[in-house]
Formats: sequence, C-alpha cells, structure tokens
Amino acid sequence: MGKMRRAAVAAVGALALLSPAACGGADSGADQEVEVFTWWADGGEKAGLDGLVAAFDEQCDYSFVNGAVAGGAGSNAKQVLASRLQQGDAPDTFQAHAGAELSDYIAAGQIEDLSALYEEWGLTEALPPGLIDNLSVDGKVYSVPVNIHRSNVLWTNTSVLADAGIAAEPKTLADLFSALDALKASGISAPLAIGKDWTQLMLLEAVLISDLGPEAFTGLWTGTTDWNSPEVVQGMENYKRLLSYTNTDRDTYDWTDAGKLLMDGKAGFFLMGDWAPSDFETKGFADFGYIAFPGNGDTFQWLADSFVLPQGVKNPEGTKCWLKTVGSAEGQQAFNIKKGSIPARTDVVEADYPVYQQSAIQAWKTGTPVPSCAHGAACSQGAMEAANSAIGKFSSDQDLAGLQKAMSAAAALGKN
Amino acid sequence: MLTRVRRWGPGLLLISPSLLLLGVFVYGLIGWTIKVSMSDRHTAAESDGFVGLSNYVDLFTNDINGRFLHSLRNLLIFTVVFLLGTMLLGLLWAFLLERGVRAEGLFRTVYLFPMAVSFVASGVVWRWLMNSGQGDDAGGLNAIFGQLNLDFLQNPWWTDPEWGMVAMAVPAIWQLSGYVMALFLAGFRGIPAELREAAAVDGASTFQLYRRVLFPQLTPVALSALIIVGHMSMKMFDLIMSVSGAQWLTEVPAVYVWQTLLTSDYAKASAISVILLLLVALVIVPYLVQTMRTERRS
Repeated sequence: MGKMRRAAVAAVGALALLSPAACGGADSGADQEVEVFTWWADGGEKAGLDGLVAAFDEQCDYSFVNGAVAGGAGSNAKQVLASRLQQGDAPDTFQAHAGAELSDYIAAGQIEDLSALYEEWGLTEALPPGLIDNLSVDGKVYSVPVNIHRSNVLWTNTSVLADAGIAAEPKTLADLFSALDALKASGISAPLAIGKDWTQLMLLEAVLISDLGPEAFTGLWTGTTDWNSPEVVQGMENYKRLLSYTNTDRDTYDWTDAGKLLMDGKAGFFLMGDWAPSDFETKGFADFGYIAFPGNGDTFQWLADSFVLPQGVKNPEGTKCWLKTVGSAEGQQAFNIKKGSIPARTDVVEADYPVYQQSAIQAWKTGTPVPSCAHGAACSQGAMEAANSAIGKFSSDQDLAGLQKAMSAAAALGKN
Repeated sequence: MLTRVRRWGPGLLLISPSLLLLGVFVYGLIGWTIKVSMSDRHTAAESDGFVGLSNYVDLFTNDINGRFLHSLRNLLIFTVVFLLGTMLLGLLWAFLLERGVRAEGLFRTVYLFPMAVSFVASGVVWRWLMNSGQGDDAGGLNAIFGQLNLDFLQNPWWTDPEWGMVAMAVPAIWQLSGYVMALFLAGFRGIPAELREAAAVDGASTFQLYRRVLFPQLTPVALSALIIVGHMSMKMFDLIMSVSGAQWLTEVPAVYVWQTLLTSDYAKASAISVILLLLVALVIVPYLVQTMRTERRS
C-alpha cells in the first residue's frame, strides 16, 4: 500500500512537471495572435501602446498579445529578446530603436527586409526621404518607425535668463557662450545643466552638428567623415569649453536630476531630448522655453522606436498587419498623442497635438534629419556603449586627444 | 571486485546527481565560456571562427582608452582598501570584545547586522550618503560635515578620478567588518585557556601575550577571512552598480563583462570572465590546497 501511494505521488509529480510543457505545445491555434514584444510597461509609453492596440484591433483581424518586459529602460527586455532570438523563439514582432542599433540583428539575419511593404503601404512617400536614407542599410529598410523624438533641443529656464538680462535666444555657439558668461556673471555658477555619460554624449553630438553641419556629422558615424578633421577638433574644443560651464558633479546625475537643476533655477540651459517637457509638467514646472541647439539651424536630430518582422515567426501575416497599423496615420496619431512624441509621417494634423509637439512636427517637416548616436539611431549598440565610456573618461580627465582617438575607434566598431 | 563496488558504489550513487549537475552547470559552462572567449563572436550573429588568444591580447593591448587595464586598476585599489579596512576593523573589534566589554552580545549584533543587508540595498543608501556635492549643494555625509563645521572633510567621494575607488570600498568595509570580527572572535575563543595561563606563569606582559601567543594562533582564521573577503571583492558588481551605475569612473571587470554582454560582444565578455575566474582562482586554489593538506594530516 505504502509503495502504491508513493508511486501515485511520483506519477502526479511527474505529470505536474510535464504540464507546463504541455501548455507550451498546445498553442497551435495561435496563428490568430500577434505577440508584440516591447519595454513599454507603464506611464505615457504604456498609454501610447494601448492607443496603438486600439487602432490595431480596428484595422486587423488578429488579436494582440502583450509581450512587454519592464525595467531598465529596455536593457532587461533586450536581454530577454537576445536569448529568445538565439533559441529560435522570436516574438511576432519586437520594438527596437530605428537605425544603426538594428545592424546587429540585420547582420545576424534575424529580421527581414521590409522595402517591398514600404512601397505597398505608401510609407516611402509618407516618411521624409532623409529619414529613409538614415534607416536604409544597403538600400533596404528593416523596420517601421512609430514615433520620432528630437534630441537636439536646448531647454531654458525663462526667468533665470531674464534675470541675467538675456533677451535674445542664442542662435550660434558664440551667442550661447556669451549667454553662459552672462549667467555666470549673474551668480549662476553652473549655468548649463548636464548629467552622466550619455547626456554628455548628446551635448558633444549637438556641438559637432554645429561645427560640421548635418551631412558631415552623419558621415562621422557612417565612416565618410574623418574624426581627425580640423572641424571635429574645433567641435571637441568647443565641447570642452561648454563642459566648463556645467555642474561638476555631473557623473552622479541621471537626466531627471540634471533637469531638476533647471527647474530649481540653478541652471539656465539644459540639453535634452523632447521627452523632457512631460517630466517638467509632472513636476509642476511650466516656466521653460525651448530652442534648437545653437548653431544647429533646422537640423532635426532624431531617434525613433520602431517595429520589425523577425525571421521565422509563427504568424508573419499578423505581424505585417501590426506593422501596417504602426505605419498608418491613425496608428501613429493614437500612439504619439499619448506618448508625447511626434509621428514619423509628415501627413499629420498638427492641431490635434499639444503646443510643443506642434512646433516639433513643423520642424520635422522642414528640417534636415540626422540620426543620434547616444540613442542608437546612428551607432550600433557596441559603438554607443564604447562612446559612452570614452565620454565618461573625458568627463574626469579632460584629455581631448584621448577623446578624439577613442570616439573614432568607437564609431568604427560594428562596421566590419 | 564486487566487494569493492559495494564499498564505493552506494557513495558514488549518492553523490552522482550533484556531480552531474556540477559537471554540466559549473565545469561544462566554464568550458563553454572558454570556447566562446577564443571565438570571434563579437555580435549577436552566430560565429565560431577560432581566433586563439587574440581576444585576451586585445584586452590588454588594444582596448579603447586601455579600458580593461583601467578596470583592473580600479579593482586593485578597491580590493586593497577593502581588505585592509575589514581586516583592521574586524581585528580591532574582536580584540575589544575579547577583552571583555559590557553588553558584548549587543555590540556583536550591532557590528554583524550590516552583513544582513544586501549590497544593492545598502548601495542605494550609500549613494545618497556619498553625494559628491560640496558647499551649498552638499548632501549626505558632506552636508553633515558642513553642519559640524568640518568642511575640510568634504570630498568628491567616488567621483574623484584617481582615488574614487577608495570611497567605493567604504560601504563594503562597513558591511563586512562585522563578519571578519565574528571570525576573529571565534578564533580567540578557540584558543585554550591553558596557553594564557602558561604565558601568565612565565611572566609574559599583556602585549607579549597577544604578540607571541594569541595572534600567531589566529593565522588560519586571518587567512580564511582574507580569502572570503578577497574573492567577494574580485567579483564586486552589485554595490558598484547601485552606488554609481555602470560608468567609466568606477568600472571593474565584473561591470565591464555586463556592459559588453549587453552589446552582444560575447567573445570579449567571455574573455573578461575567464580572466576574472583566473584572478579568483589565484586566491582560492592555494587556500584549497592548504586546507586539503591540513585535513590529510589530521
């Protein structure tokens, strides 16, 4: 009897072990489902995703399965994704920064060419040609961007500037330097707020756009512009000079901490992407102004979230329908109004958006798009990480020659 | 033959599950890591091109900004300060308690408690305590120094480019000194009373008693403490991630592995891991050999 019971217990235990596997095998009816893998798990991002899903439900006959992995600004999700791709268990589609960050997936043959679908869905006309150039790898496009953020925006504290007697917005780097001097003279010891490595990389990029112009700047990342050219040297010197106006404890700050310096009136300027105003508004700060980084002119440094079609997914038709929704005017509208970014398409009704976004939409239509390395649009993940490390070193030792050499080596990474 | 099987058979059968698990999940995976470290798998793409030791050579000679050497230097400073700090404080506290303080139990608990906190949790608090702002912007310890008019003590903590890692070792010392104290205290208690009595009969002074009789007996304990704290130091990751995050200033090899792994540079990450393993082995293996010898002798 005792033996029988033990055998029964063992059998039940074995069944319990088997059952998850059984569940895993039973979803053969899943070809009506589209698993969408993102790191949009809360806040404005989640709201944006919900909007997108509503549009998807209207346009497609498939059901949405949320595969979001929260935490770490996407770094957790990227780890999970990497292991799933390796096991051949790709989600039906996943989120990735558009541009060079995709180069690893493309090189590994993990995602498919979408060029034909771009034609079919009319995306080649709806997206700005400059963006499509930035997105293309050997003439092929691999992802559908859902939104655009601008990273070269200089946010100002209007009353701090007024107190220092700065009436005109700085238009050139020289203007910016004199404004910073004026702020210093008015008793603001660190007039330009900045945070840790990647925020410093954003500043370096903005300065380089000013000194090189959009085309040569993009060439830094594609390999057509020499990192040793005199313009780059000039840009790096300007960057070093700008750093001297920043808070010295920058390496301990994340971007929201640096933004707080602007809110508290301890700084007059703050360079950050245009996700900053939603943070300002949540914290009850309305006294801010915004200009394109001085000297950047109408250059629009973009970064974008996008979706891809992985190789060998269970439900490619469902994924295509999702991508179509992502690229459609309705889908982009539903997503962006809630997330606080702007649509990648240029045929949108501006009046539906809040004030800052209206101006960004205008700038996106007329400006010259350049990709951003700090956010993976211009660089592979390895290059971005190496650039952050180099910029972090420069923050502590101010070694210009070393920075130039390291940035040049970093930009060359991932281009074999 | 059969009797021999009877002798070691059941034993082998009993340990075989753990042998199997260890073989696959520890030694098998170490082997796999070594294999990857000698491949050219620098992206997410599969690639098994064999490149020998060139990934290792690159780390030492061809890393951007000498980043790997920089992380080793950081680790060296951290380890030296961490070891010295915990050993000295631990020994001092154990000595004081051993001399017979009142409420010894209370002190023992107080000193041991930090060990119960995880590095991540204490790191978050120390991040705030070691705020690098000074003067009007001071926060944490710097603010306390300011209020006490001890402004000269204010310092940039871990953001100092040369000696930041010394500051990084402070929370680690705070956390593990109590543990080292407990080890030493057990060591003191393990010394037979006869030895003290004999020394007293021979007319040894207190200083001589400690210097010539008690401390020499603590050598094995000190060695264990050094090895336990030393290998923790080599692998230090969580504390640094929660105090400073991953960045150039405070990068150590374990953090570097994580950074390269995130960018799918598997070959480089494996190479750093193997070097880290060798560094830890350098500390552990002599200890294991010595323990085995003592066990065999007894």
